[in-house]
Amino acid sequence: MVTETMAEKTPSYAVIDAIIYKHNVQLGGIIPVLQEIQDEFGCVPPEAINRIAQSMNIAATEIYGIVTFYSQFRLKPIGKNLVKVCHGTACHLNGADKVASALAQVTGAKEGETSPDGMFTVERVACLGCCSLAPCISINDEVYGTLSSADIDKAICHCRESGKHPVTD
Amino acid sequence: MENLARTEKDTRWMIRVGLASCGIAAGARKVYAALNDAMANQCSNNVILKQTGCYGMCYNEVLVEVCSPAGESMFYKKVKPEYAERIISEHILNGKPIAEWSIPSDELNGLLSKQKRIVLRNCGIIDPESIEDYIAVGGYSAIKKILDTMSPQDVISEVIRAGLRGRGGAGFSTGTKWKLCRESAGFQKYIICNADEGDPGAFMDRSVLESDPHSVIEGMLIGGYAIGATEGFIYARAEYPLAVQRLEIAIAQARERALVGEGIMGHNFDFQLYLRQGAGAFVCGEETALMMSVEGKRGMPRSRPPFPAQSGLWGKPSNINNVETFASVPWIILNGADAYAAYGTETSKGTKVFALAGKAARSGLIEVPMGITINEIVYDIGGGTSTGLNFKAIQIGGPSGGIIPASMADIPVDYESVNKTGAIMGSGGLIVMDESSCMVDIAKFFLNFTQDESCGKCTFCRIGTLRMAETLDRISNGKGTERDVELLTELAQGVKKASLCGLGQSAPNPILTTLRYFRDEYEKHIYDKKCPAKKCQALITYEIIAGKCKGCQLCTKYCPAGAISGEKKQPHKIDSPKCIRCGLCLSTCRLGAVSVH
Repeated sequence: MVTETMAEKTPSYAVIDAIIYKHNVQLGGIIPVLQEIQDEFGCVPPEAINRIAQSMNIAATEIYGIVTFYSQFRLKPIGKNLVKVCHGTACHLNGADKVASALAQVTGAKEGETSPDGMFTVERVACLGCCSLAPCISINDEVYGTLSSADIDKAICHCRESGKHPVTD
Repeated sequence: MENLARTEKDTRWMIRVGLASCGIAAGARKVYAALNDAMANQCSNNVILKQTGCYGMCYNEVLVEVCSPAGESMFYKKVKPEYAERIISEHILNGKPIAEWSIPSDELNGLLSKQKRIVLRNCGIIDPESIEDYIAVGGYSAIKKILDTMSPQDVISEVIRAGLRGRGGAGFSTGTKWKLCRESAGFQKYIICNADEGDPGAFMDRSVLESDPHSVIEGMLIGGYAIGATEGFIYARAEYPLAVQRLEIAIAQARERALVGEGIMGHNFDFQLYLRQGAGAFVCGEETALMMSVEGKRGMPRSRPPFPAQSGLWGKPSNINNVETFASVPWIILNGADAYAAYGTETSKGTKVFALAGKAARSGLIEVPMGITINEIVYDIGGGTSTGLNFKAIQIGGPSGGIIPASMADIPVDYESVNKTGAIMGSGGLIVMDESSCMVDIAKFFLNFTQDESCGKCTFCRIGTLRMAETLDRISNGKGTERDVELLTELAQGVKKASLCGLGQSAPNPILTTLRYFRDEYEKHIYDKKCPAKKCQALITYEIIAGKCKGCQLCTKYCPAGAISGEKKQPHKIDSPKCIRCGLCLSTCRLGAVSVH
């Protein structure tokens, strides 16, 4: 699931169909299908919704309802790196808002936005479950804890220079 | 210390590196690699290097345990890759432990002497990706004992006798729940593990799944046998990629050994197990919403009855338990109900896992007998506050729970005593708050969360939480009016009574408890327009202390509003109207030259 660059594959029916085929044997397979579609394409594109609707015999509106209900799903593609800012209770007490402002400062993207250079999408998440290392963020599913503004600078600069995320140190 | 007993009986040294999410975030993978290299460099064949899960001392990550062949163990804290060569050469090859990097024994004693590890019995000890390790510590012998010697009714009465209550928060008797589902007529039954740990500030289930996934699988097998289910689902939170990965490995290993599948252990018992990932909806932690989600629908709760035991997943009798509940079950079966019930209080038996975080000096994962006091947890285990400021209150039970002030921290932690305070036990999040935490702000934080996560099905929760969040926002912005406290109380009581599911019914708890214990703080916000904890942005101002500022310009670099000005090497100034009060200057200044009041 950890990908260095996200959202680069173009949707094709062959890929979509293969994913549907894999999960449709089980009842309630629609959510696993959507999850894998998003892993593959970085978002759930409209073409995929229509194709799933036809193949799985579920109304497209219903699929759209599922996609918009769960916060995990996105309808629009994201930047090369996905940064999640934890806003759990421990992170909140230890300055998650400051982390978000510092991130906005260095990436150019506020929470919910993609930076103008397309390098970073910053998302606000409820809790990453690393509360003892608050405040924390994750970059492409790798968690960084006990952050200072300087740490954020370093991690983001590294991402930008190398085009990929740094190894945790 | 019994729980540090070696799992392999041989003459080799053992090094354990904690590779759960928090360890990895602190750099444990690099430490592991460095130790591996150091072993190769120094030709020490006499050492086993093992990855383990979380030992619970997250504040000391990266944590490395070195066990001598004689069974003496020593923990190294905050290990860096460059420590590796010395650990191998001095400790292992020369037998001289490096005292300055180790956790002092009094700290270790303080931390562990009041704990009893039942759920966490294997966490940080075995390799979570190895079924052999789990079997070596007695894993899967509980299910064997049951299949060989016990009827489903025997299992249920044993669990009832143990007094185990649901660890997800509600605290319903697990054995009774199983009994109801067993008695329910139906062709197909399901057993579900709720691993959708959505409470912000809680990480018990994540740690258990990352450190000892097989214990949960074994607990589900036992539960499945007891209620007569042939299929099980684990509904895990998608935000926990490592937990999901380790569960997948564990399920595949169990399947390979025919511990999951048909004719388990040669008995007439079939059990299939599937893993489903949540998709980021807090409400799916509610049992009826969770089942909707497994069915592939929007995760919206429905009214009960019918209870899942009668009509659950796809309309079939189903039973849902939490990760911690399942992980307790194999221990109860092997050690007996009496051994389990020996811990805890009259009505709350056994132990409870808590995720201690916030401003605790020693944050991490702990497991304590029920009935321990909050003070014992905060001071003896947690080591007081990390900031040196006074302990002010503890938040228990996440967004559904409440705040218990320090003055009441001598109450025992059991279901009934916690309920009396207006909070709930919840799933085990314990957030320590010091004097820098504002109670209006914390209530606002939780209400924003529940408002955001409300599924929108019932009006009281959908609109009530929004109105409460708006009111709190007004108060923290200095625009609160005399009527607001009364309005909040009225709304809170209405939402509590009339909401459809647990999310709405418990959403007002953070407000009701802060109002009950910290009403003066609300009043200071409303009447004096002051935030005593200096947290609410609209009610504070930042200033640079001219005498301390050396004009290094670090703050100017970080200020997102361009509100700080001054010549290099000269004291700077903050332009108050421009300042957005984000506090970045305060946290970046190395000279302590920024003040807030």
